[in-house]
Amino acid sequence: MGYPQKSHPRETPVLSKHFGNGDARTLDGWKKLGGYKALEQALQMTPAQIVEIVKASGLRGRGGAGFPTGVKWSFMKPGDGKPHYLLCNADESEPGTFKDREIMRWTPHALVEGCAIGAYAIGAETSYIYIRGEFQEPIDRLEAALKEAYAANILGKNAMGTGKTINVYVHKGAGAYICGEETALMESLEGKRGNPRIKPPFPAVSGAFGQPTTIINVETLVAVPHILLNGAEWYKAMCLSNAKSTGTKLFSVCGNIMRPGNYEIVLGFPFKDFLYDLCGGPTAGRHFKAIIPGGASVPIQTMDEAEATLMDYEGFVAQGTMLGSGGVIVFDDAQSIPRQVARLTRFFAHESCGQCTQCREGTSWTTRILDRIVAGHGTYEDLDTLLEMAENMTGKTICVLSDSCAAPVVSGLQKFRHEFEALITGKKSSTVAVGSPLPGAASKSPVSVGAA
Amino acid sequence: MSAHTEPYAPVFVGKRKEEIETLLQRYPTKMAGLLPALWMVQEDRGWVSEQAMTEVAAVLELTPAYVKGVVSFYTMYHQHPVGKHFIQVCTTSPCLCNGADKVVNAFLEHTGCKELGITSPDGRFTVIEVECLGACGFSTPVQINADTIENVTPDKVPVILAGLK
Amino acid sequence: MSETLVNLMIEGRPVSVPAGTSILEAAKTAGILIPHYCYHPGLPVAGVCRMCLVEVEKAPKLAPGCATAVAEGQVVHVYSEKALEARKGVLEMLLINHPLDCPICDQSGECELQDYTFQEGRADSRYREAKRFNPVEDFGGDVMYVPNRCILCTRCVRFMDDIHGAPVLNVSERGDRAYIGKAPDQDLTQAWAANVVDLCPVGALLSKDFLNKARAWELDRTASVCTGCSQGCNVTLELRDQQVVRIRPRGNTDVNKFFMCDHGRMNYKWMNRVDRLEAPMAGGSMVDWEVAIEAAAKALKGKRAFVVANANLSNETLFLLKRLIAKTGGSGYFNVPQGEEAPLPGVPDLALRADRAANGTGAEWLGFKRDAKPLSYIKPGDVAVLVDVAPHAAAGEALGRADAIIVIGTAMPAVVTAAAAVLPIANVAEEEGTLTNLRGRVQRFLQAKAAPGMARPSWFVLADVLNAVGDTAGYLTANAVFDALAKAEQPFAGMSYDALALTGTESASVRAGVGA
Repeated sequence: MGYPQKSHPRETPVLSKHFGNGDARTLDGWKKLGGYKALEQALQMTPAQIVEIVKASGLRGRGGAGFPTGVKWSFMKPGDGKPHYLLCNADESEPGTFKDREIMRWTPHALVEGCAIGAYAIGAETSYIYIRGEFQEPIDRLEAALKEAYAANILGKNAMGTGKTINVYVHKGAGAYICGEETALMESLEGKRGNPRIKPPFPAVSGAFGQPTTIINVETLVAVPHILLNGAEWYKAMCLSNAKSTGTKLFSVCGNIMRPGNYEIVLGFPFKDFLYDLCGGPTAGRHFKAIIPGGASVPIQTMDEAEATLMDYEGFVAQGTMLGSGGVIVFDDAQSIPRQVARLTRFFAHESCGQCTQCREGTSWTTRILDRIVAGHGTYEDLDTLLEMAENMTGKTICVLSDSCAAPVVSGLQKFRHEFEALITGKKSSTVAVGSPLPGAASKSPVSVGAA
Repeated sequence: MSAHTEPYAPVFVGKRKEEIETLLQRYPTKMAGLLPALWMVQEDRGWVSEQAMTEVAAVLELTPAYVKGVVSFYTMYHQHPVGKHFIQVCTTSPCLCNGADKVVNAFLEHTGCKELGITSPDGRFTVIEVECLGACGFSTPVQINADTIENVTPDKVPVILAGLK
Repeated sequence: MSETLVNLMIEGRPVSVPAGTSILEAAKTAGILIPHYCYHPGLPVAGVCRMCLVEVEKAPKLAPGCATAVAEGQVVHVYSEKALEARKGVLEMLLINHPLDCPICDQSGECELQDYTFQEGRADSRYREAKRFNPVEDFGGDVMYVPNRCILCTRCVRFMDDIHGAPVLNVSERGDRAYIGKAPDQDLTQAWAANVVDLCPVGALLSKDFLNKARAWELDRTASVCTGCSQGCNVTLELRDQQVVRIRPRGNTDVNKFFMCDHGRMNYKWMNRVDRLEAPMAGGSMVDWEVAIEAAAKALKGKRAFVVANANLSNETLFLLKRLIAKTGGSGYFNVPQGEEAPLPGVPDLALRADRAANGTGAEWLGFKRDAKPLSYIKPGDVAVLVDVAPHAAAGEALGRADAIIVIGTAMPAVVTAAAAVLPIANVAEEEGTLTNLRGRVQRFLQAKAAPGMARPSWFVLADVLNAVGDTAGYLTANAVFDALAKAEQPFAGMSYDALALTGTESASVRAGVGA
């Protein structure tokens, strides 16, 4: 945590240690806190040595997919004669997630350092931090940090006096969730519409500007300096459950909960303790009802599932969902699940790039049906349609935005079907008979013409 | 705010021209300068007009149709003039369940904007709902032009508006 | 070129294709058409419509056939339950916002959305919400955009960007608000722009020229060759009630791939001309064919045939004209109107050529001389034989020097006041024959409609004239004339209608670099 509240004693603040400390934002302040020592050390090592340490640490991507970072870096072949690029994914847009924002607001130099190390490790002279356009404060903080770092010759043509070239630039997005998808981000960086690319080719072969590229989330990159300074064993030892999930992870917590904010815990932490102890449980007089633990794209958990979860990559999967980006959205008993699911699918409909048929049409159609159900004009057939459509939207498109839209629909209907049915039967008890033409007053839902 | 009929004054002259040329050195292609160039246009003009798209296309050796395709993909570029204070209220799920809809209504009421997306009669305000601002723990976040304000509740809205010039 | 062949099974059929081939193209070789929209063999792969999803054994997910390369030992199921369900889902989603206006849509009957829905789609719709609406937009040129029917396959955008090199179209907005946009001040008037109409798999991009002229199933289609320039694009003439109403490109990898230019596309209205020569004449009166042929032979007796030939005449007709020239000790000329060359950047050696006639090469090979004002060479003792040409009024004086004028043509030249014989012939849509393009490729065109009145195929008329002047030319078919041509003329050596088939052959002497 660190901001806006002090860290909880059960947190393990590594990345968030200096949140709330304004001094950490300046180069001087950052150096006093031990900043750029890792970079100095890294530049004395070979890229392969760095990759080995990162591999050994067990660090996995914190953006959502959880791919082992060292393995990803090892796909790059420094010295192949091609320009390489390191892209930092700072397009944090997954609803429920706001950890990268805090990292960049409070410790911009940590990211600059992480980028510089990452770039060197993969044989790149250039690193772009692609940051969502709404993050003006983080952008300003980063730009200020970069200015200082260049002025101090930490970056540039002779980085830290080693003769190596390391450039780090900020690239500002302009309002598109899909640009957080790695290939869409590359398209956007290149000045195109943020349409995800068909894979293969994978970024390590043909990424940004058609060159070998590695793309890494902010939180992952800022963990690297700590691993270099303290060693892979130290990082690996931070593990409460299984050896595949190591290190600390920031979880953003929001929704109907006592103390929302960013909590840094060692992976494998019991989710129940996390929710009730660290985050303070539900607000007064309320009970938790459901949780989306990894950003809007992952399936909804019931409280039984959530309370049985160990917070690591495998633990969330074992309880019917995914760790994702670590954005924990909590709904209490005052919330209507159908309404929240409808709001989530509306988000995905708004953010679909529109390339693939199932996503372009399916996200919107799903939303329209859900809006109609929420307005009290749903039918049981609608629920079947929703589930069949979700099946058509899963695993069939270029990227997973479509799957992400289907996830809350499927999990919502599986786990909270009674809430949807209540809205439907509520309608049945009114004067509108099943099978009669739809009433036209559904809020936000257009009137159906001659529907069968 | 300039109307369509006024003669178009180019953005990329003088300092802005130097700025874009310096910026382009960061990228291996001119096309990569498109998003930054459009930001410059919007900073200077408040929105991105079709003439501006044509100018950007010329500067970056693209075509106006291409630029339009890109501009219209990204929601932060205004394809029409907006109010002096562009107010975006996050209403995505985590904020919705903390009452973001009431914050929206408060802004509509106190700005005189009758509808979302319709600029107030005095030209000062445009209010829209925005998808996730990435500040979910500080619900409801509201972005006014480039600034994000955290923890906005309906009762704070008049105070916030009073603070705007 | 040594190519590695990859062996796989598609729908139980063994297939061997070069490495790198897509599953979709590999399936074609086995006679299986995997349904698709965004894919087009002449365009870069987009992989966005997701219609070509097929099941590949051992793969975790369904694979898009257009964007998945074949692999050794792959087993592909096109019609498995999973694949069919996925495609049914795509079709349903494509249709939810698509108007049910097939009865008034020009694309109806040749619509891929209609076809695949009929083949694999749902019988009913579950969509109970309002459909998306966007107004129709005139894209300029010959193109009209009906966004409500658009399935956003982006073929048109990719054609204009990557093949035409004129990026005036885009995808505007995103998600389900997306539509095809056009730069406001740039119309689709580029030389090859109307290809987007052919490429559009649905009725979203329509030809304004063809609008509401015919239903697709009413059309009679005939393989032909465009006479708009010397490129020789393969085309299909499409007729309704004996009127040519549309010309569309016919695929030919070696000549025009899948495309044709707008100039050629619009170059058909003259085929439907009604002010045609319909009856043979002699001495100013309509007569029987025998009388007219005899009158022509009489005029030529002891005189030199001074032939001016239209550069769109077939090789067959030009060959017989050459023999008439030889028999009478005459001379032969042709003229080719000139225009601006307009290449299609994305396809090598494809352009609207400056030579705006189809058979200048054939005419040259057969000894005709290219000249812009040939009539000025007429001397006393010449009989002017005007074969489907319309000399300028100023040529009247030159024509006056000829001992006589014979008109063989589709229309009466205004400058001719008195002709010894007038022999009406069929136009290119009304007879068959061959044309030689600028690269020496000889290609057949077939008869699409009947000639008016008593008009006869040009080669038939010339054979009669030759017989009448004492050269035995007993040909009863165009095929027979071509066989004689192939025997007599070196550049055509070894060719036959059968061998030319419908895509033609490059002359062996051109291939050998000998030239003609």
